[in-house]
Amino acid sequence: MTAEQLLEVRDLKVSFRTEDGIIRAVDGVSLTLSEGETLGIVGESGSGKSVTMMSVMRLINDPNARFEGEVLYKGRDLMKLDQAQIRGIRGAGIAMIFQDPMTSLNPVYRVGWQIEEQVREHEKISRQAAHARAVELLTAVGIPQAAERVNDYPHQFSGGMRQRVMIAMALSCNPDILIADEPTTALDVTIQAQILNLIRKLKDEFGTAVVLITHDMGVVADLADRIAVMYAGRIIEKGTRRDIFYDPQHPYTWGLLGSIARLDRPKPRRLAAIPGLPPSLLRLPQGCAFGPRCTHRFALCDRRPELLDKVGDGHLDACHLDPGQKRELRETTIHPELIEEAT
Amino acid sequence: MLTFIIRRLLWTVLVMFVITVVVFILFFKTPGVDPARALAGRSPNPQTLAEIRAQLGLGRPFPIEYGIMMKKIFITRDLVSYSNQGVRVVQEVFAATPATLSLVFGAAVLWVVMAIGVGIAAALLRGTVFDPLIMVVALVGISAPVFWVGQIVNMISQGTLHSTFLFSWVPPLGYTPFTQSPVLWFKGLVLPWITLSILYIGFYGRVLRANLLEVQNEDYVRTARAKGISERRVLFRHSLRTSMITFVSLFGLDFAALVAGGALLTEVVFGIHGVGYLTWQGLENLDLPTIMATTIYGAFFIVLINAIVDIAYAWLDPRIRPA
Repeated sequence: MTAEQLLEVRDLKVSFRTEDGIIRAVDGVSLTLSEGETLGIVGESGSGKSVTMMSVMRLINDPNARFEGEVLYKGRDLMKLDQAQIRGIRGAGIAMIFQDPMTSLNPVYRVGWQIEEQVREHEKISRQAAHARAVELLTAVGIPQAAERVNDYPHQFSGGMRQRVMIAMALSCNPDILIADEPTTALDVTIQAQILNLIRKLKDEFGTAVVLITHDMGVVADLADRIAVMYAGRIIEKGTRRDIFYDPQHPYTWGLLGSIARLDRPKPRRLAAIPGLPPSLLRLPQGCAFGPRCTHRFALCDRRPELLDKVGDGHLDACHLDPGQKRELRETTIHPELIEEAT
Repeated sequence: MLTFIIRRLLWTVLVMFVITVVVFILFFKTPGVDPARALAGRSPNPQTLAEIRAQLGLGRPFPIEYGIMMKKIFITRDLVSYSNQGVRVVQEVFAATPATLSLVFGAAVLWVVMAIGVGIAAALLRGTVFDPLIMVVALVGISAPVFWVGQIVNMISQGTLHSTFLFSWVPPLGYTPFTQSPVLWFKGLVLPWITLSILYIGFYGRVLRANLLEVQNEDYVRTARAKGISERRVLFRHSLRTSMITFVSLFGLDFAALVAGGALLTEVVFGIHGVGYLTWQGLENLDLPTIMATTIYGAFFIVLINAIVDIAYAWLDPRIRPA
């Protein structure tokens, strides 16, 4: 990849020392993000997707954490910056919103105050101007009567409204990158759709690149330009949205896609699930981390697969299966009901 | 907010009324006790007993008895002590109040400032040897009984080291009113302040540290960091304010209890004639009117301070403010 990337994560490794041993939460993740692009990071809980992005923001201040690798933002390695420098980037260049809007805002301050605090930290502007900006932002994220609501406290807003406030706050300094860490997980389904639409709309309006962390394939299906699928601290498949949804290469991705409830297909007797549980990060299997749960496992899987571009089209995956065989195997995994019907 | 304050204060009045009724029942309606005899102190003569009955209207219906008593305490304020002939009890309590307030206010300022310092220092130094060290010192402070510390302080400052430059400034035991000599007032109170506050510094410091560390893991603190604001601002504006909620509610209770006579041991050890000292004397002489007056005074103070704490609490935490 070239140097024009807005954000480039190179071989990031994050490990935590614990009483039971060393946990490799992130094990050699590489990502790129260009301007205005939306990258989806998908994986189940504990796959390292949040830790990856929290590390990019340097928000993990656990004395037992160890970081390796580079995080280049506009050519500067964030891992090497001192505290004051990284603070200048947090909230201004890279902003983040979190999973639970109910607890992510400070309960004792007015929402306007909390937005103004961020603006005034990064820009030399008057209190009045910051306040006006807060009202403007709240209007932009669709909060009715923003001029009055700006003086309300977080507990006076519903969950969806609070997430809107969080988004307004994140966008307050016109960041280049918005990291959304499971932004809709804690919300009702109808509100989820509203929030995703809002993110899509604002992303275009503000020209912000978005990193969308989620465990929900449905969320990235709509929004992401490119998708990285993570499993046990590693990226196991990476490609465009088309690649991932129409030509997935990794059996884990197949499993994720197969477990989506679909309305446009015959109703299966039961929703497909991936058997087993993710491996403990303390004792990862020697070979492919997904091996123990994989129905297509064979001898080669005892060796760890590299994330490779086998066909040469920019679609990477970490699976030993022969690309030629995959289509057939895939159908049985993603659409078992079709097979059932045929037999 | 204003309606909240007014409503809270009206509640306070109601609670105070209930307290006076309860205290009255305890002192005058305990079964099997002749209140006149109880009030009269040690070995009274029949003449005194008759006098008490006449003065307080004992034997008349309950509301009238109660009314006369309250009138004597709150309106005419001429309730007298019988064991300590002729002393007007209410005036005694009021005369003792400045000494107690001086002692407790000073100690409170000291302990709040020090405890916040200790709590923050320990929380910031977490992971180093200083955090457990500070906590152990705090525990020693909590464990040392105030009368023992007071005696040791007196022994050193009034005795062994009084002649050296370290403690030559310490005036003799006792309380000098501020109006009489601010300098002497201050000098005389420095050691009592320190003695009284040691326990609370240790206790509040530990509570604050625990709260601060707990809040560090809150989502909104992470949000604050993600906003790019400085660690110091995160600590003071975001962590400390929410951590202070427990601190303030504890403070209200302890402060009120101390003003209400809970500083009795410190007052006695240092010879400060405050409300605690008065209660102690009343107990020694079986002086029931005095005890009753200090009880009501103390209860009133606790109720009042609690109202103030609730208001402060509502200011700190908007979630409990009424809409």
